[in-house]
Amino acid sequence: MSNTDKTVVRLVGITKRFPGVLANDHVNLDLYPGEIHALLGENGAGKSTLMKILYGFYRADSGKIYVHGQEVQIRSPLDARKLGIGMVFQGFALIPALTVAENVALFMARLPRVLRPHNLHRVVEEASQRYGLELDPNAPVWQLSVGEQQKVELLKLLLAQARILIFDEPTKVLVPHEVEALFRVFAELRADGYSLIFITHKLREALACADRITVMRQGRVVGTVRPAEATEETLVNMMFGEHLAEVSRPPHGRNPGEPVLELRHVHAPRQGIAPALEDLNLVVREGEIVGVAGVSGNGQRELGDVILGLLRIAKGRKIFRGEDATRWPPRKLIRAGIAFIPEDPLGMAVVPWFSVLENFALLDPSRFSLWMGLRLSWARVRDSLQRGFARLELTPPPPYARAATLSGGNLQRLVLGRELSRPYHLVVGLYPTRGLDVRSANAVRQALLCAKEEGKGVLLISEDLQELFSLCDRLVVMLRGRIVGEFRPEETNVTEIGRVMTGTGVVHA
Amino acid sequence: MPKPNIIRFWHGLLRLLVTVVVILGIFGLFLWLMGRDPIKSYRDTFRLNLLNPRGLAEVVVRMSPLLLTALGVAIPFRAGLINVGAEGQFMMGALLGTWVALNLPGLSQSLHLLLVILAGMLGGAVWGAIPGALGWANETITTLLLNYLAPLVVGYFVFGPWRAPELAMYPQTPEFPPSARFPMFFPGTRMHLGFFLGLFFLLAYGYLISRSRWGLELRAVGGNPEAARRLGIPVERWIVGAMVLGGALAGLAGIAEVAAIHGRLKMAISPGYGFMGFLVNWLAFANPIGILIMSFLVAFIASSGFTLQLTQRLPYAAVNVLMALILFTVLAKPFAKGVRR
Amino acid sequence: MSWFLSWLSGAILYAAPILYPTLGEVVGQRTGMVNLGLEGLMLLGASISFAVSFLTQNAWVGILAAAGAGLTANFVYAWLVVHRNASQLAAGLALMFFGIGMSALIGKPYVGQMAAYLPKYPLLGPKSLVFRYDILVYFAFALAPLVWFFLFRTSFGLKLRAVGESPAIAYAAGVSPAFMRYFAAAFTGVMAAVGGAHLALGIAGTWSEGMTAGRGFIAIALVIFSRWNPLRAIIGALVFGGAVVLQLQLQAQGIGVSAFLMDMIPYVLTVLVLLVWGRGVRYVAPASLGRVYFGTE
Repeated sequence: MSNTDKTVVRLVGITKRFPGVLANDHVNLDLYPGEIHALLGENGAGKSTLMKILYGFYRADSGKIYVHGQEVQIRSPLDARKLGIGMVFQGFALIPALTVAENVALFMARLPRVLRPHNLHRVVEEASQRYGLELDPNAPVWQLSVGEQQKVELLKLLLAQARILIFDEPTKVLVPHEVEALFRVFAELRADGYSLIFITHKLREALACADRITVMRQGRVVGTVRPAEATEETLVNMMFGEHLAEVSRPPHGRNPGEPVLELRHVHAPRQGIAPALEDLNLVVREGEIVGVAGVSGNGQRELGDVILGLLRIAKGRKIFRGEDATRWPPRKLIRAGIAFIPEDPLGMAVVPWFSVLENFALLDPSRFSLWMGLRLSWARVRDSLQRGFARLELTPPPPYARAATLSGGNLQRLVLGRELSRPYHLVVGLYPTRGLDVRSANAVRQALLCAKEEGKGVLLISEDLQELFSLCDRLVVMLRGRIVGEFRPEETNVTEIGRVMTGTGVVHA
Repeated sequence: MPKPNIIRFWHGLLRLLVTVVVILGIFGLFLWLMGRDPIKSYRDTFRLNLLNPRGLAEVVVRMSPLLLTALGVAIPFRAGLINVGAEGQFMMGALLGTWVALNLPGLSQSLHLLLVILAGMLGGAVWGAIPGALGWANETITTLLLNYLAPLVVGYFVFGPWRAPELAMYPQTPEFPPSARFPMFFPGTRMHLGFFLGLFFLLAYGYLISRSRWGLELRAVGGNPEAARRLGIPVERWIVGAMVLGGALAGLAGIAEVAAIHGRLKMAISPGYGFMGFLVNWLAFANPIGILIMSFLVAFIASSGFTLQLTQRLPYAAVNVLMALILFTVLAKPFAKGVRR
Repeated sequence: MSWFLSWLSGAILYAAPILYPTLGEVVGQRTGMVNLGLEGLMLLGASISFAVSFLTQNAWVGILAAAGAGLTANFVYAWLVVHRNASQLAAGLALMFFGIGMSALIGKPYVGQMAAYLPKYPLLGPKSLVFRYDILVYFAFALAPLVWFFLFRTSFGLKLRAVGESPAIAYAAGVSPAFMRYFAAAFTGVMAAVGGAHLALGIAGTWSEGMTAGRGFIAIALVIFSRWNPLRAIIGALVFGGAVVLQLQLQAQGIGVSAFLMDMIPYVLTVLVLLVWGRGVRYVAPASLGRVYFGTE
């Protein structure tokens, strides 16, 4: 590389493949000193992977990394830190039981043998004041708010003498005024000559804070622009792709019938860092597919849990086919006819070392039990499995194979067959096609369409806008635990939904 | 395609056989290290403990409590719990069963025995339920503490209110009435009802765990509690239930040992049957046939300990060392990584 | 008053043999390892120290030998847990079996013998009849604040604690969890063995099978009671020692409180503590212990 290269970091041709997905496809990126660079894109675009490669968490399959003009090999976070690169992850790498000072000290380059809290605290306070972080060195981390914890992470980086700072979705867990405070800190750091990259999906923030914005989509860089040259419109198009606007409409079936599921003013409390659900109103009718769009982490999983009876409803009601099901336990809801297709079948729906048959039988085993449950009729299970899969026109996985040995697609097929082969009235799909190969994903979509044809209600929670547009009759958008808009796909387009998802659009009544 | 159960069966059996061979090898090595002649020792033990009908019967007698305590560990294990409290549950079962044995005179044997058995199971079940029910679901510490509380509770009663007035070497309760004694079989041996109860529950466990709906649900709880929850299985209830069941069986082992062998409650009723049950379960991977084989093997080792004490002047304590070595070896082998429930 | 003084004097004496394993286990659990084999380690320490000091007529050689044995035995446990990914509970139980059996074998020829007894030094001046202790007692109480300092005021201690909270984060910070665990295991092994040695050479003066009577498990309870803090461990040890002495005094006076009820005190106390502060323990315990205590390993 020539000596006139003024960049502090340059990524050239970075390619990274994971099983089944190409996360980064010949990505180029450069970063100048004293710059705030935003890496913008929707989920799954490959931004996080790219930065993790820079930080040494992953190794790229091909491509080169240059730091200050020199080519480097970054094999581990230790290498990255030696080069002055630091990263603040989404789930912080903080030890809750230790104090702020202790957490920071752990990552400091040179630590004295005997710790004098006095000195340590002084160092922490100085740095904290320099950048307006306002942290109490003596406070145990578990007492801090999420915004404050993020500041501790930043302090760690600074005191470990990093000069290149990477932030993964730093504003995801912050409230607006905390976001402003964070951007002021960024500005201070920039003035001191630090170089920052922050990953985000919120284009307003990118526009507000960054010097340059690089947009990624599906593993590729779409382009790099300055905020002055870009508008929200252009950015959204770059993020979601204009050509997606033309997508096949769902075939018009019968008119939807009676409501299968109603959520009325449902409130569910916060669990850890997940958002609370607030004032949720949702209706799914027989013979319709309702889609839930939104950036993942805005309450979609909680919505699924609430419907399945796994999360307690604090206020509001849940009506299933006309009956108040607010307090029903999961088993009752399953028996009443709710089917669930999860995002991660291995973790959420099957027992890994059970055979396919055993996993099949696990859903409401009372169907197959004789003698009050003392005996299971495996003949009935086999029969039910074969007939069920035949009816769904799916090939069943080998019945005696252990679930852990199946591919993601086969696992999802197993779940589909299991859930949809018994009488049901509502299917809830939570990112059901995530991580699947094309054929399996299509099988899932086909199954959902069939369910609709048969007059069942379908709730599809997905991040894939193309999928939502091609399958759904109605579309709602979730943001921060609320439903912020309801649309008919034929009356809107991907761009508009994208804006609502990222909080930049106008809320529809 | 062949039925999977058969493949699994042979695979499991092979693993068991290899383990048995390894254990016997360690036994021999150990004897050699202790300065005893391993060949002669093997000959002695085989002759006296296996080929001799009375010796064999004694091994079986020792096996009876092991079958039950091993089940007491196996059932919670299938639910993903590690029950180290079988020792305490054993003693509490003995305690409650003793009360029923001594305080309900004038019953027919079959009724009295039934009540004694039920009381033993209840004592162990309660002792197992306590850790299970302590909301924050940590069964290790609490079962351990209860392990130590149990003999103290028993001691309180045996040395105190229940103490038999007649002089003896150490404190004990009065003798059980004949209606509360477990019947013995095969005269000349000490084989008792407890063995058959153990077999019965082992068979029940073996059948239910793999062929019943309840066994499926229990195994699902141990296999993937998150998935089980989503499938509507009441996971928390199963956890407590597994501890209750396990405790009940360990408690039954306790009262069986008292009502059959000792005839009265005293302090020294368990040479570590609870911990040995843990060992058996670990060696057998909670597999029913494995439990049968390993109970026999561990009982054989224990009996050999006593035999070799006589023929080779090997202190019985060596048996504990041997069991430790066996467990060390099993834990160090690659087999131990893929423990199935 | 003199009753109280002699009780206190005895309490301090009897606190020492359990303070050692408690301190050792505090450090061990602070790296995320629960060791159910403390009982075995203590018995090993007691039997070996007794045998060696009998043979050499030198108590200190005996104690040294015990420490070495404890360290070696606990390394086996550590190896199984760290490198073979064995269940901590099973490995600990195996160690327990081993210690119980091995100590009985080692101690057999020495049952009923007298060995070199540790000399006692007065705390309060040469004329006092009470508060006379051997060095190991003084050392135990001096060690506790040292361990505290080590854990909370040195960078090594910080890294060790980090391993117990989150091995992944510690690793990201450049600490080797494996090294820390072996280090802690060495300390735990030595401490438990020395505790047993003190029981044999400093209190009882003899060896008998199983003489530690469950102290190894009480130590685990005391670790929880002391909330993994070495200074609080002193209090726990004193409470335990006090209960033992109280029981002895009552028995000597012929009072009929059952010895068993007295023996229950440490366990009942711990169960109560766990019930009362039970919810909080989850956040006070070193976080990676949660794997062992609260979930499936």
